[in-house]
Amino acid sequence: MPNVQSNEVDLVQNSVEAAMPRRKFLTYASLSAGALLFAASCKKETSQSPQLTSDIHSLGGGKDGGKAVVSLGSGDIGILNYAYALEQLEAAFYIRALQTPYAGISDKEMEYLSHVRDHEIAHREWFKNVLGDARIGGVIVNFSSINFDSRESVLGTAKALEDVGVSAYNGAGELLQSATYLLFAGKIVSVEARHAAALRDMLSYGSFADSTAVNSMGLDLYRTPAEVLAIASGFISTKIISNELPTS
Amino acid sequence: MNLHNIIEEIEKTDPEVYERLDGRRHAIKKLTSFSGKVALAAVPMALASMFQKSYGQSGSQQILDVLNFALTLEYLESEFYVRGLAAAGLIADIDRPSFETISTHETEHVQLLRDTIMALGGMPVAKPNFDYTAGSGTMAGPFADVFTNYATYLAVSQTFEDTGVRAYKGQAANLISSNEILRAALRIHSVEARHAAHVREIRRRNGLLVPSGVLLQPWITLNQSGIGTPLVQPSYDGEELTNQAGVQVVGINGFAITAEDASEAFDEPLSKEQVISIVTPFFAM
Repeated sequence: MPNVQSNEVDLVQNSVEAAMPRRKFLTYASLSAGALLFAASCKKETSQSPQLTSDIHSLGGGKDGGKAVVSLGSGDIGILNYAYALEQLEAAFYIRALQTPYAGISDKEMEYLSHVRDHEIAHREWFKNVLGDARIGGVIVNFSSINFDSRESVLGTAKALEDVGVSAYNGAGELLQSATYLLFAGKIVSVEARHAAALRDMLSYGSFADSTAVNSMGLDLYRTPAEVLAIASGFISTKIISNELPTS
Repeated sequence: MNLHNIIEEIEKTDPEVYERLDGRRHAIKKLTSFSGKVALAAVPMALASMFQKSYGQSGSQQILDVLNFALTLEYLESEFYVRGLAAAGLIADIDRPSFETISTHETEHVQLLRDTIMALGGMPVAKPNFDYTAGSGTMAGPFADVFTNYATYLAVSQTFEDTGVRAYKGQAANLISSNEILRAALRIHSVEARHAAHVREIRRRNGLLVPSGVLLQPWITLNQSGIGTPLVQPSYDGEELTNQAGVQVVGINGFAITAEDASEAFDEPLSKEQVISIVTPFFAM
């Protein structure tokens, strides 16, 4: 695995132009007031070292360095970028959690968390390659609310992220036009559900599908992109523009 | 009744009728919209069924077929857990609450699917008679001790749940024309995956794995079942896939992703035909 810490320096090289696709940048730049605001926020984001050190997930360089602002785009590509952003968050979380595992982590917890981390990296990199030039840049994560020395904090956050992931894919399926992309979303969401169940069982054995996850009709969680992104913003300092996503 | 005359009549007031019929996703979305258990108005369904005659198996019939297929699988699962919970001394005390949870969900899925099929103007299939020994009605199949031997019961449970996940996944594309039904199916699909993960966890805790020492986890590694009989292998074949949409996930972009990781990270669909072949021995003809 590449040295995940080597990516910090790449962030500093980001220009405003590199932060967004050129077409989007020109749109913003044409709005002079907006452009000033955007440039200001960008400078602010890229000058904060705590966020640089938390950007441990991207491959670094060019487009994939951490971004102050990303626009998911529209249509199926927008939905895939939405998933890509969430997978970036999940992968970054597990990479960070396992860099310095909490005290007393059991062999089985290490085994499971390592696998989940590798699955999330696989998802993230897969979306990256499938999206190609249409992909958003790296999102900058902010884990300041998580105590990585605490089993409860790490597993609790992991459980929350996996449940959110399940709800996100369950809500995104109907927004896709392509049956092929729908199939791939389906291939991933059931793995996220397996993760969620495993983490729930780790925290409280038997809670794999309790009433906080499955309702009285036997249906799992479901959230719209807006609902998911509102939750994810607690862990992502990059501003994610989602207003072009399909709504039905 | 002449369908073409009907469409011509509609065309006079709705010049886009042909486009509407061909724009299946849009048209059927309107027809099949349901929220919870709200029934559809009868009139548009009658119209829709007429249109199906000229357009072959169009959206709504296809959806009903999928829902009845899913209902059949949910019948199989729900009765399996009802009978398992009723079998004295079968389920370990520590696991009883988990199987009660799973059983409740499967019963809810049966109810939801039946209600939905009826709301769409369809007829739910009747519950078949099952042979959980996988003996096609002989009650003496390879899982003859399914309700007396916990190891066997868990193995069949895991197979049902993992197969259920694959079955729903394989049908998602056939529901793309209806947002509401696709959403419900996806929300059932991930519940089945939670069940599968937990049953795998139970099997690991109980050390009931075949071959012994196999590292069974909540996700599916390659095409490994962790179950002794080759009968279940078709439920796992294909899960070893590591190339997704032309992208090789092993070692992707220089990351140390193994074939095991890559196979675990993506669950694979099964076609309706594959699922029927897998579950047929569990039906008493």
